[in-house]
Amino acid sequence: MEDVLFNLWFSRQTHSLQDLRQAAVTSKVFVQRDYTSGTICKFQTKFPAELESRMDKQQFEETIQTLNNLYAEAEKLGGRSYLEGCLACLTAYTIFLCMETHYEKVLKKIAKYIQEQNEKIYAPLGLLLTDPIERGLRVVEITIFEDRSIGSR
Amino acid sequence: MLDGRRAPRRMKNREYQQIDPQALATPPPRPPPEHMPKRARRKWEVFPGKNRFCCDGRIIVARQSGVLPLTLALIVLTSGLFFIFDCPFLVEHLTGCIPAIGGVLFVFVIISLLQTSFTDPGILPRATPEEAADIEKQIDNPTGLSSSYRPPPRTKEVVINQQVVKLKYCFTCKIFRPPRTSHCSLCDNCVERFDHHCPWVGNCVGKRNYRFFYTFIVSLSFLTAFIFGCATTHLALRSQGGNGLVVALQASPASALELVVCFFSVWSIVGLSGFHTYLVAANLTTNEDIKGSWSGKSGNEDVGNPYSYNSIIKNCCSVLCGPMPPSLIDRRGFVPSDDSVQTRPVEIELPAAKNDINMEKDCLDFALSCAG
Repeated sequence: MEDVLFNLWFSRQTHSLQDLRQAAVTSKVFVQRDYTSGTICKFQTKFPAELESRMDKQQFEETIQTLNNLYAEAEKLGGRSYLEGCLACLTAYTIFLCMETHYEKVLKKIAKYIQEQNEKIYAPLGLLLTDPIERGLRVVEITIFEDRSIGSR
Repeated sequence: MLDGRRAPRRMKNREYQQIDPQALATPPPRPPPEHMPKRARRKWEVFPGKNRFCCDGRIIVARQSGVLPLTLALIVLTSGLFFIFDCPFLVEHLTGCIPAIGGVLFVFVIISLLQTSFTDPGILPRATPEEAADIEKQIDNPTGLSSSYRPPPRTKEVVINQQVVKLKYCFTCKIFRPPRTSHCSLCDNCVERFDHHCPWVGNCVGKRNYRFFYTFIVSLSFLTAFIFGCATTHLALRSQGGNGLVVALQASPASALELVVCFFSVWSIVGLSGFHTYLVAANLTTNEDIKGSWSGKSGNEDVGNPYSYNSIIKNCCSVLCGPMPPSLIDRRGFVPSDDSVQTRPVEIELPAAKNDINMEKDCLDFALSCAG
C-alpha cells in the first residue's frame, strides 16, 4: 500500500520541474564559499534561515557535503593528477586540446548529481539548486518558488 | 453592452487560457522565436571585462596585446636566423643534433607562449544582480545607501591555516574576492591566484595559465642560452682557421645579431626564471611577494604563507602539475534567454551595457525592497 502511495506521489512530483518554470520566484538564497581550508572549492554547510520552513536541515547539509566531497575529488593532488600534469608538460600542454581533464569529468558528475537532487528532493519542495559552475564556483544559488503553484493543478 | 456584461466571464476565461507564461516572461517588443529567428548570443559577446575574443570565443586576449607581436617577432626572427645561418655550419662541423635540439626548444617556446597569451588566466565572472544585492544586504552600511560617494573598503576576515587573511570586496565585480585573487585594472577582471599582468605576453598570468608561463620562460631561457652558445661556437670555429674574428663576422653577420639579442635577453630571462622557480617552490605569487604579504615586512612576526605545503616538492607539484581548473567564464556558452525563471523586479539576463552605475543602482533598489 505504501509503495502504491509513494508511486502516486512520485509520479505527481516528476512534473514538478516543468511546473517550476511557470511558477513565480519568491527569493534566492546564496550559499557562500568556505575559505577556511584555503583556496579549494568548498561551500559553507551552515543552514540558511530562509530555508527553515521549507526543508530538513540534515538533507541540506548532506547535499552540500556531497558537493564539497566531489569538488575535493576534482582538486585532489595525487598520483593521477601528477601523471596528467607531467604528461601535459611533456606534450607542451597540447594534450589539453584533445583530452578531457579529470576536473572536467568530475564537473559532469557534479552536474548530474545536482540534477538528480533537484528532481528527487528540491523540486517537490519548491526549490531549485543552480550548479555552482554557472555562478563561477562562487555560490550555490537556491531559488525559492511560491508554494501555491506546486502540485495545485 | 449585454454581451459586455456576460462577456467578462467568457473573456476572462479566454484571457486566462490565452495568457501564456512564456509570453509573459518575454518582453513584449521582441517577436516570438518562431517568427523571426533571433541569433542566440554567446556569452563572450556580452562579456563585461576589457578582453577581446577570437574564433567565436575560443581564444581570449587582453584588450591591449601589449608587446606580444614584438615578443613573437624577436623569437621567430632570432630562431630563424639561427636555423638558416648557424645550423648548416654547425651540422657540418659538429653534430646534427643541434638543429634538432633547437627545433624542440623553439616549438616548446612558441606553443607555451601562445597558450599563455590565449588562455583564460582564471577570470572570475562578475556577480549576478541578485548575488550583489544579497551581499549588500549582509554588509552593515550605517551611512545609508547613497551612491553619491564610494563607501569605505569592505573586508571580511577568514582564518586559513591559523593565519588571518583579509578578503576585500571588489566594487567592479561586486564580490568578495577569494583568497589570492586580485583585480587587474588593465583587463578589468578579477583573476584567481593573480600573479601579474605580463605585457610581453599580452595577458594576465593567473591560476590557469601560470604553468604555461613558467614553461615559456624556462624554455626561453634554454633557447636563448642555446642560441647564444651556438652562435659563439660558430664564430669561434670560423675564426679558428687563422681568419680572425672580423672575417668570421663578415662571413656570418646574422650570428652577430643573434649574439646581441641573446646577450641582452638572457640575463633578464634567466633571472626571471630563477625568480619564478623560487616562487613556485614557496607557493607564492609575484603579487604576494611584491606586497610582502607573508614575509613579515609589516612587523608582524607570526606571518607565514598559509598556502604553502612546507615541502618544496609538493609546492612545485601542486603549482605545475596540479589538476587543471576549468574556465569559469564559459565564453562559448549561450546567453540565457528570458524564458528562464526570473525574479519580478530584476531581470536575470546579463546586461550587455558596461554601465556599472545603473547596475549598482538596481542592486541598491532591490536591496531596499528586500530590506523594507
